[in-house]
Amino acid sequence: MTCTEFLQQLDEMLDPAITGPLRAELQEHLHCCEHCEITLNTTRQTIEIYRKHEIYALPEDLQERLHQAILEKCRGCGK
Amino acid sequence: MAAFEKLVRQYERQVFRIAQHIVQNREDAEDVVQDAFLKAYEKLDQFQGNSKFYTWLVRIAVNEALMRLRKRRTGRMVSIDEDVATEEGSMPRDLADWSPDPEALYGQSELAEILKKTIQGLPPGFRVVFALRDVEGLSTEETAEALGLSIPAVKSRLLRARLQLRERLTRYFKRGARGQSKDGVK
Ligand SMILES: [Zn+2]
Repeated sequence: MTCTEFLQQLDEMLDPAITGPLRAELQEHLHCCEHCEITLNTTRQTIEIYRKHEIYALPEDLQERLHQAILEKCRGCGK
Repeated sequence: MAAFEKLVRQYERQVFRIAQHIVQNREDAEDVVQDAFLKAYEKLDQFQGNSKFYTWLVRIAVNEALMRLRKRRTGRMVSIDEDVATEEGSMPRDLADWSPDPEALYGQSELAEILKKTIQGLPPGFRVVFALRDVEGLSTEETAEALGLSIPAVKSRLLRARLQLRERLTRYFKRGARGQSKDGVK
């Protein structure tokens, strides 16, 4: 397996639910390729960091204001 | 209306986050959320039960957000396909390993700035796929449906979005990154 082929399957490697022969093949590549190991680990961390830090969280006071604005618009649409 | 209000309550936070990921400013995101729910309310009778309400709502919101982005940059087309032909990031270049606890290198607000700046550098068509799949946790199928893309298109964009973000974050998170920027090269 080449590094390019490995990268094409990165999604499978990131999904713990994927098992079987494909995963074994990917694991084998990882054992002998430090580059792909680093790519896999840091990609996993990238996803975790974005998941953990909600950079675009809706602040509570804004949520209330937004909620009321939405309902007002819907009530006013004549439906 | 009471039933619809429940749906608003249930999904307003997610829709707001998704809108922010696309338009990248709070005022526009607020407008997008309002318009998306209004459209959903008006078209509620067109909603087919064969997809999830949330996926349908996200699709409306994504379209509203892209329209808003287009309005802001007048004269420039903005679509889900914009800039995605780029080959950037399809192959990792910076292969430095990260610091053992990369988040500890920065303060909370500094880290938030880094994450925002980094994702803002991606084309909208990549940002939105990453936001839906990896941040909001939609499945590949749901993401494809919400964006009107094929499953292979979602997969290839997701891969490139992840690799580009990884590449850009490496600058901040690799071993010794902080020491160099703070104290200068010794
Ligand atoms: Zn490799």
